[in-house]
Amino acid sequence: MTTTTPQSTSSGEVTAPVPEVTFTIDDVEIAVPKGTLVIRAAEQLGIQIPRFCDHPLLQPAGACRQCLVEVATPDREGNVRPMPKPQASCTLEATPGMVVRTQRTSAVADKAQHGVMELLLINHPLDCPTCDKGGECPLQNQAMSNGRSTSRFHDVKRTFPKPIAISTEILLDRDRCVLCQRCTRFSDEIAGDPFIDLQQRGIKQQIGVFDPAVLGFAGAQTTEVSSYAMPDGSAGRAAVGVAAQDAAGPMGEATIDTSGRPFSSYYSGNTVQICPVGALTSAAYRFRARPFDLISTPSVSEHDSSGSAIRVDHRRGVVVRRLSGEDAAVNEEWITDKDRFAFPWQSMADRVTTPLVRDRAADGTRGELRPASWAEAFEVAAEGLAAARAAGGVGVLPGGRLPLEDAYAYAKFARVVLATNDVDHRARPHSDEEEAFLAHHVAGSRMSVTFADLEKAPATLLVAFEPEDEGGVVFLRLRKGVRAHANRVFSVAPFASRGLSRLGGTLLSAAPGTEPEVLDAIGATTDAPLAGAGEALAAAGSIILVGERLAAVPGGLSAVLRLARRTGARLAWIPRRAGERGGVEAGTLPSLLPGGRPVADATARVDVGAAWDVDQLPVTPGRSTTAMLAAAADGSLGGLLVGGVDPVDLPDPAAALTALDAVGFLVSLEVRASAVTERADVVLPVAPPVERPGTFLNWEGRPRPFPQALTSTAMPDHRVLDALADAMDVRLGLRTTAQVHAEIDQVGAWDGSRAEAPDVVAAGPNVVGDGEAVLATWHLLLDAGRGQDGEAFLAGTAPRPVARVSAATASSIGLTDGAPLLVSTPSGQIVLPAVLTAMPDGVVWVPTHSTGSMVRPTLRADQGAVVAIRPAAAALEPATVLTETEHDGEAL
Amino acid sequence: MATTLSPVISAYWDLERSWTLATYEANGGYAGLRKALTMDPADIVSAVKDSGLRGRGGAGFPTGLKWSFLPAPDGGPRYLVVNADESEPGTCKDTPLMMANPQVLVEGMAITSFAIGCTHAFIYVRGEILHVYRRLLRAVEEAYDQGYLGKNILGSGFDLDITVHAGAGAYICGEETALLDSLEGLRGQPRLKPPFPAVAGLYARPTVVNNVESIASVPSIIAGGVDWFRSMGTEKSAGFGLFSLSGHVQRPGQYEAPLGITLRELLEMAGGVREGHELKFWTPGGSSTPLFTADHLDVPLDYESVGAAGSMLGTRALQIFDETTCVVRAITRWAEFYAHESCGKCTPCREGTYWLKQVLARIEHGKGTMEDLDTLLDVCDNILGRAFCALGDGATSTVTSGIALFREEFEAHITAGACPFDPAAAALFEYTPRSPRARAHALSGAPAGTVGA
Repeated sequence: MTTTTPQSTSSGEVTAPVPEVTFTIDDVEIAVPKGTLVIRAAEQLGIQIPRFCDHPLLQPAGACRQCLVEVATPDREGNVRPMPKPQASCTLEATPGMVVRTQRTSAVADKAQHGVMELLLINHPLDCPTCDKGGECPLQNQAMSNGRSTSRFHDVKRTFPKPIAISTEILLDRDRCVLCQRCTRFSDEIAGDPFIDLQQRGIKQQIGVFDPAVLGFAGAQTTEVSSYAMPDGSAGRAAVGVAAQDAAGPMGEATIDTSGRPFSSYYSGNTVQICPVGALTSAAYRFRARPFDLISTPSVSEHDSSGSAIRVDHRRGVVVRRLSGEDAAVNEEWITDKDRFAFPWQSMADRVTTPLVRDRAADGTRGELRPASWAEAFEVAAEGLAAARAAGGVGVLPGGRLPLEDAYAYAKFARVVLATNDVDHRARPHSDEEEAFLAHHVAGSRMSVTFADLEKAPATLLVAFEPEDEGGVVFLRLRKGVRAHANRVFSVAPFASRGLSRLGGTLLSAAPGTEPEVLDAIGATTDAPLAGAGEALAAAGSIILVGERLAAVPGGLSAVLRLARRTGARLAWIPRRAGERGGVEAGTLPSLLPGGRPVADATARVDVGAAWDVDQLPVTPGRSTTAMLAAAADGSLGGLLVGGVDPVDLPDPAAALTALDAVGFLVSLEVRASAVTERADVVLPVAPPVERPGTFLNWEGRPRPFPQALTSTAMPDHRVLDALADAMDVRLGLRTTAQVHAEIDQVGAWDGSRAEAPDVVAAGPNVVGDGEAVLATWHLLLDAGRGQDGEAFLAGTAPRPVARVSAATASSIGLTDGAPLLVSTPSGQIVLPAVLTAMPDGVVWVPTHSTGSMVRPTLRADQGAVVAIRPAAAALEPATVLTETEHDGEAL
Repeated sequence: MATTLSPVISAYWDLERSWTLATYEANGGYAGLRKALTMDPADIVSAVKDSGLRGRGGAGFPTGLKWSFLPAPDGGPRYLVVNADESEPGTCKDTPLMMANPQVLVEGMAITSFAIGCTHAFIYVRGEILHVYRRLLRAVEEAYDQGYLGKNILGSGFDLDITVHAGAGAYICGEETALLDSLEGLRGQPRLKPPFPAVAGLYARPTVVNNVESIASVPSIIAGGVDWFRSMGTEKSAGFGLFSLSGHVQRPGQYEAPLGITLRELLEMAGGVREGHELKFWTPGGSSTPLFTADHLDVPLDYESVGAAGSMLGTRALQIFDETTCVVRAITRWAEFYAHESCGKCTPCREGTYWLKQVLARIEHGKGTMEDLDTLLDVCDNILGRAFCALGDGATSTVTSGIALFREEFEAHITAGACPFDPAAAALFEYTPRSPRARAHALSGAPAGTVGA
């Protein structure tokens, strides 16, 4: 386990070398692979040809004509003959002997570029001083470098009402648009959810939304679909379009996309970033800052396990926006809207800024939390933890969102300071089978499958994994492979999601609980989709992607391992949270020490003990999150040390809160006030990612180091733990990032034996009676998670929660499409509009954690559980949706 | 030696119900198809190649050569698409052709389809000419009824279906790749080339796109033979063509004559310029070709000679303007057309035509400056050869040639502060606008087209 990137272990098959062509640009000879565009070749020589529509990751358009160059090519006799017209270098492939002259050496090219630039500017508003793009605008920059100093245009400019609100987040000022079509090509080619397109022609041509005024549809009422309050209280803007009417559409108001549905995309923010002018802006950043006032820090997104490269821009200590970074190996140039817009959570008013200590009355009842000095807080925490350690022990729940450095510190703190293996970062449904799977297959096997492999894989099987909702940019990379190489995607899921259909994927229909059965049938039956999937997966380079949800299906991960062995497909585990993969490597699992060393292996313990300079490590394998909480509730566990855990994520939030209330001593390391801090005896504030350096291990196992973006006095978890250990008279030696890295490197990789593969027998699906259904559920990418707090514009683009059932199931309970469906357990009920979906009968799907659909706190159930379903009597109103009122964290 | 007319396609236009299949058959129709079906398809391609037939849609690309660009058959479909989206100002040859003799087009399509291995051909007809659309539908129906289309045509085993598709009214859809996109149901904008339609055209399959008149010329080549066809026209511009005379001419209309005829000869047949007036300027090939004047009356109207004289044969749309015409006004109208019809895909055409229109409108109404003339020429230079397709180039032709030929007239507008011409004098018909609004607009001198688009 090192903090440097290990080489991909995937088979590096030798690809045939692409023949090269040699030609000249501005008299400089260059050899490039055949098929290279002239504009790309010029970049290699450091020759910047101005451009707008060109984008390396999009298909050439040749629309803006800004990149014109003078070209001559050899004829059949080899005489170099000039082409009659200047050529667009963004669409022109280099050919042998071609002679290209750019604006640097050709008066014709220079004149052509100046001419096009002047034409682009005649209708462009001179509003740079108020435009968000001003200062970082390709049009502005290239107008300076390749344009005229004055315009000869004295006539009337074309104008448009501004802006159109495409969604609550994305705004479009058509007057600034240069019609390069980058946004429309992105949504068509990359994300696959086209929502805006060219309309009208000539000077009236515009990027637009579905607009009946343009198309002249009878009966379609043009309405204002977006008016809202700006964060400062001023009135927001109105947009023209058709009001979105789709039960599964976005939360906020949006215009209709080209498929006729309300525009809803997880990737729409990318269009803002690639817009070469200020035509597309985000509501969140509009009029907030000047680029030249911003300080930029390259960073890594904390929102999912992809480890997408981002750029954090802050102004006087306040983060005002995030952009996609460029990392060809990981996220290319794309990020999800969650990565881009969900950053205010790090600086909300509920940040814990000082240590807090709770005094207990003599009878043990809890008093109020009060601010305390660090010295006092450490002293109280140390005393309490030492006492709890003696009274049954202390369990450690670090949560799955921590950087590697912190996870490592928790892993070591548990073993060295608390002398226990009771540490588990899994704050979600989990199982012993999963732990064995992680120990056997995941730990210590980094970079066995990479993003590049996903793009090349001729077939990919998704198991309990929705790439769009749970993988973010994983979806984009899969789609790239589907489009470029006709890769095939199969998904073991209850229904074909919109994401799967955009991957051209094949559904291997599976009701919750039947996944092991379906997995075992792949390739072992003659049924068309299953047999086809088996054949496809047998092709070299094929991949199985399994999501964290399969942990909740007994026998699921065992079946996946069997399938991988049977087909030869490589297997990768993609958890949702950024810290899960790092936790596996750092040893925040009850049976794993750092580097994937099994606790049960004496050699492994000696290995780690030597590096940690301790005589011996606890031998007994620890307890899982659920077991620890149960022990805390019944008093057999003396205390809990909790990191970034939101109890609502846990399999049984109510039981977790009971345990937190009951436990003898509770220490919470938190960024913001939460349901845990509410109950803690000592709260130690820690730094969010933006205020500390760190490293995420993404799902590939690739280290994604990020620096500290903001100046801050907040400390990362590992430093707080180091100080806490000091207070308990143990030298942890993890005060600085450099110390942690040095020690991680010293511990190194494990070359000993691996844990055995799990072989758990599938339990089979639950039997449902009349008015019952098996629950299927997963998290939507944009939901009610606390990481998205404080970003109302983004929240408006989140999909509306709906309940999905098959038509037969609906009719069996007398439910019609769109009618409110009541899903209940003895613990609570959820009411959502029903959407009839092609899926197995007797199954109901609801989102796990969306507003109005808090499955775990409300139903205290998870996927595979049997729930009661019936049509809701009353008309659906948001107020009728029951949420866990006990759950204080949500109220904050 | 005076050139005479050579009516072939238009030979029977004056007959009673010339558009019916019966009339067509009575005059030797479908002889070409009967002969073609006995030939080796490759020989048909060679015959058309050898005939020297060049595309009649404006660009003049050799038709047979275009066919031969199709890749070898791979078992998949190949398409013939007839471009009947005639919309160039002044061009009015395909519309009367399809009205008066649609069967010659159907026969030409059948022969061409047989030659290139196509079993489903399309006619993309301009949507505004509804009467032509109806006539084509009926003609195709008649041809099906008589076994000239459908399964096993004339017992040859050759199958062909023809679909007549009406466009939605966009000049750009006459550009072949924009036409294909439009035919596929997409937004009509030109495609990147390569791939060319011969390789990846309609539905990404090998496709031949030909003009109506080109295809309508094919039956006569097959029936009459290569030598007969080459006996007309010039060495490099073989055969006959429709010359469309319009404007200030005594007898406007279609004159089918060998290529290489001069306007002087055509005007003689057409009764000359409007009575009592003299020729001022004319377009040899529609509004996208540089203007000619009386100095060019003896330029042979073939591709090479017109090109050498500084213009283009184009669609042989000869618009005749006499001395009452304000050249600035005429050019401004054309510029307004191009601004209206620019598809918007590329910057030079979209923005440039918008700019030209406004500057010309100002000059026309006496609000221009001398600097505007230089600006006009430079904007034209920035459009010409910079646009995505040829439409942008066409938009500049009359502006640059007009200023070159009639600069003093542009300057007179500027110095006088008004147009020195009486628009009514140039009108072919007496007309006084009835609505006050139209009258005000026509006579106010306010720059037209400067607001909005």
